[in-house]
Amino acid sequence: MNAPLPGSLVDNPRLDRWIHFNEDRTVRIASGKVEIGQGVVTALSQIAADELDLPFERVRLLSGDTEHGPDEMYTTSSLSIEMSGGSIRLVCAEVRAKALDRAALRLNCSPDDLTVVDGQFLQNGEATGQDYWTVAGEIDFTQPPSGAAKPKQADAYKIVGQSIKRLDLPAKVTGQAAYVHDVLPRDVLHARTLRQPNPGAALVSLDEAAIRRAAKGELQIVREANFVAFVSPVESVAEAAAVAAAAHARWDHLRQLTPAHEEAAWLEGQPAEDRHIGAPPSTTAPKNPVKITVSRPYIAHASMGPSCALAEFRDGHLTVWSHGQGMHPLRKNLAPALGLPIEAITARHLHGPGCYGHNGADDAALDAALVAMRIPGKPIRLQWRREEEFGFEPVGPAMLVTLHVDLDDKGRPADWTTEIWSATHVQRPGSGSGYLLATEALTNPPPEVKPTDPPEARGGGGTRNAVPLYDVPAHRILHHLVQRGPVRTSALRGLGALPNVYAIEMLMDELAARVGEDPVAYRLSILSEPRGRRLVERIAELSGWSARGPSGSGKGLGMAFARYKNKAAYCAVAAAVTVEEIVKVDRIWCVADAGLVVNPDGARNQLEGGVIQALSWTLKEQVRFDAHGIASRDWDGYPILRFSEVPEIHAELVDGSGSTLGVGECSCGPTAAAVGNAVAHALGVRIHDMPLSRERILRALA
Amino acid sequence: MLSLGGPAREARLAIAFTVNGSAKSVDVPETTSLLEVLRNHLGLMGTRYGCGLEQCGACMVLVDGQPVFACTRETGTIAGRSVATIEGLGTPDRLHPLQQAFLDEQAGQCGYCLSGILMSAKALLDSNPKPSRAEIVAALDRHLCRCGAHQRIVRAVERVARAA
Repeated sequence: MNAPLPGSLVDNPRLDRWIHFNEDRTVRIASGKVEIGQGVVTALSQIAADELDLPFERVRLLSGDTEHGPDEMYTTSSLSIEMSGGSIRLVCAEVRAKALDRAALRLNCSPDDLTVVDGQFLQNGEATGQDYWTVAGEIDFTQPPSGAAKPKQADAYKIVGQSIKRLDLPAKVTGQAAYVHDVLPRDVLHARTLRQPNPGAALVSLDEAAIRRAAKGELQIVREANFVAFVSPVESVAEAAAVAAAAHARWDHLRQLTPAHEEAAWLEGQPAEDRHIGAPPSTTAPKNPVKITVSRPYIAHASMGPSCALAEFRDGHLTVWSHGQGMHPLRKNLAPALGLPIEAITARHLHGPGCYGHNGADDAALDAALVAMRIPGKPIRLQWRREEEFGFEPVGPAMLVTLHVDLDDKGRPADWTTEIWSATHVQRPGSGSGYLLATEALTNPPPEVKPTDPPEARGGGGTRNAVPLYDVPAHRILHHLVQRGPVRTSALRGLGALPNVYAIEMLMDELAARVGEDPVAYRLSILSEPRGRRLVERIAELSGWSARGPSGSGKGLGMAFARYKNKAAYCAVAAAVTVEEIVKVDRIWCVADAGLVVNPDGARNQLEGGVIQALSWTLKEQVRFDAHGIASRDWDGYPILRFSEVPEIHAELVDGSGSTLGVGECSCGPTAAAVGNAVAHALGVRIHDMPLSRERILRALA
Repeated sequence: MLSLGGPAREARLAIAFTVNGSAKSVDVPETTSLLEVLRNHLGLMGTRYGCGLEQCGACMVLVDGQPVFACTRETGTIAGRSVATIEGLGTPDRLHPLQQAFLDEQAGQCGYCLSGILMSAKALLDSNPKPSRAEIVAALDRHLCRCGAHQRIVRAVERVARAA
C-alpha cells in the first residue's frame, strides 16, 4: 500500500501543475512556496534534480504563479521542504518512472535496463538516443500521480545534502532588478495611499486642492469611501501628495488607545474565548506550587523595504505581481474585494524584502489592484511609505504566559498548567480571521469576524510550543484567545513559540535552582526524548558549560532547548552575556537536529538569522502606540539589533536522519530563553518581561 | 538627455554628473532625490529604497568615493560629481572581489540591504584595504539587516581584506 500523498499533491493532483519539460532541455518545476530569502527555490531545485537524475543547472524553478503552478497556500510554518519538497519528490519519481517506461517500449527493453545520466537514458552505459525530452510528449501530464513510483532512498542523493549556492543571490549582490519594487514597465504610474487610520474610521473631509499644491506635479486622486490613492507618472509627486495628505484629511471614529494597551499585561481580563487543552483539571490541592509569568510585547516584522506591488487591469483581466507569501490565496482574496471572477486574475510572485510572516505585502497588492481597476490599461506600481509599513502592517501579538507548576518531592514538575493570554496570531485573509486591509476602507466593509488561531494540529498560534518536551505527568493549557486586540495582529516568525519557550526554559532554570542542581543536569533528569538529550548535551559541551562561573558576577551563561512546534527541528542555544546597564551578548552557540538537511549551509543561515532576529526581539523591540494607533513608525522609534551588537554565532547541525524537519523558525525561542537565563545568571535576578531593556535591568538591580 | 515624465514646472538646467564612469544628465528639479534619479530616470534599480530617512542604509551610494544616503541627497548637489552605485561594482559575469566574497560566504538572505552594505564596504576598503574586524563593524553600523546575515557579511568583507 502506498503512503498517503502530501496535502499539496492532493490539492493539486495534475502532474502538469508541478513539472514541464522545456524545449531547451531544461525542466520547469513549479512550487506554490515562494522565496522569502530562506533559500527555498534552491533547496526545491536540489530535490527535483536528484529525483530526476538531472544536473542542478537543468532545473528551472517556477515559484508562486497562479497560471502554471500549484496552490500550496502560504509559505509558512517551516513547512516548505516537507510539503512542497515532498510533493516535488513524488512527482519527479513518478515522471521518471513513466518516462523510463515509454523509453523502454521504444527500445524494446525493460525499464530496469535503463539508467539516467544528465536526463539521457542509457542502456548498458551506452546512449540510446532517448531522454526525457524525446518521450515527454507521450506522457499524460494531466493525470494525478499514482504514488506507485518510489522516491530515492536518502543514501542515493547526490545533490540533496550539498551546500549548493543560492540561485537568487548573484542578482542580489550585483544590484539587478531583483525585487517587485524594481519593475518599472513603460508608462508605469506610481501610487501611494492615504491609509484609513483604523477600521471604522470615516474620512470626513479631504482638501484635495491643498494636496495637489503640495504634490507639485501631475496627480490623479483615486477615492472610494475611505480609501484614497495618489497616482502620478512621477514617483516623488505621488509621495509628496501622500506625505501632505495626513495634514489635509479629517477623520471621524478614530480608535482611542491608552498607554496600557501597548503592554502584554493589558490582555489579562479582556474578553476572550477560553480554551482548555490537555489534561483534565487537577483535583488535588497543590503541595509545592511554583508560578512564573513572562511577557512579550507587540513586535513588528519590520521589513527592510516597504510593501510594494505592481498591478495592471487590461481587457478585463487583472495581473498582479506581489511579494506576498502565497499567490493562490492572494488571488482568491482579491476576487471578492474587487468584484472580479477569480479566473480574471493572475497573481505572480516576485521577490521582496524579507517578511518573516504576514506583513503588508498582500495589502499592498490589493491597494495596487484597486488603483489599476480605476485606471485600466496602465501598469500601477504602488509602494507603501516607511511610516505606513510600520504603522499598518499586522504586528506580532503581545503575549502573557503564566506557568503554574506543582512539584513532586524531588523538585520535579508533577502537574503543570500553562495559561496564555494573546490576541490571534493569524489574520491572514482566507486562512485566518482577517481581510486585506483596504477592504475595511471601501464602501461596503466586510463584517467583523470572530478571531481564530491556528489549530493545535497545525502547531497552534498562542499555544505554539506551550507543551514542554520534558517528562511531565500532567500538562494542560488554558488559552485565553483575546477577542479584540488594540491593533491588527498576525503571523510573525514562530507565532507563540518564543514566549512559550521563554517561559518553559526560564522555569527550568528556576526549578533547578530550587533544588540546587545544575540547569543542564536538571533538564536531562526529566528529558527522555533521545534527540533532545543529544542537543542539550552538545550545547553544554560547545559552550563550556562545566566551567560556568558563579551567579551575580555580571557575566552570565545561559542555555535553552525546544523542538519547534514539538514536531519540526530540535534546537538548543547557549548565550554568553555581559550585563551592566544593558545586555551585551558576547557569544551564541546554536545546535539543531533538522533530520535530513537538503542544503546544510542554507539551514545554518536560517539558524543564524533566527538567532539574530530573536536577539533583537528579546533585547530591544517593542511596538509603541499613541492615542490612535502604532506610533513607532521609523527605525529610530523601532530600533533593531545593529552590526555592533551582533555576537559571534556558532551554528551547527548534528547529523540527522529520517525525514526533513523544518528549520526556519526553530532557533528563535531557544535564543530568547538562553539570553533570559544568561542575564539571570549574570545578575542573580530574573527578568521575566521582554524586551530586556536598560530600564528593566536598572529596575532589577535597584 | 532623459526627461521627466511631466511637463517642466520651472525653468531649469539639466544636472550633469557621472555615474559609474559614464556622463549623465538629467532634467529634474534640483530637490529630486538622487535615489529617484538613479532608479526612475537612469534605470539603475540596484540602489534600494528602505526608509527615506537615512536610518537603514539600503540606498547607500558613493559620491566622490564617500558613502552617501541617496534617499535624501538632492540631485542638485551632485552636479559635476562622480557617483558610484552597485551596478558599477561588478556584474554576475565579472564580479568585484567583494561580490565574490559575499557569494562565497552566502552572505545574505532576502538581500534587500546588500547593495548599500556592499557600497559602504567598498568605500572602507578603498580607504583602508586591511581593516580590522572592529573597523568593518564600525563602517557597517549605519546599515540595518533584518534577516540576520550580519556575521556572514562581516566575514565576507574580512575575506577581501585578508586577500588585499
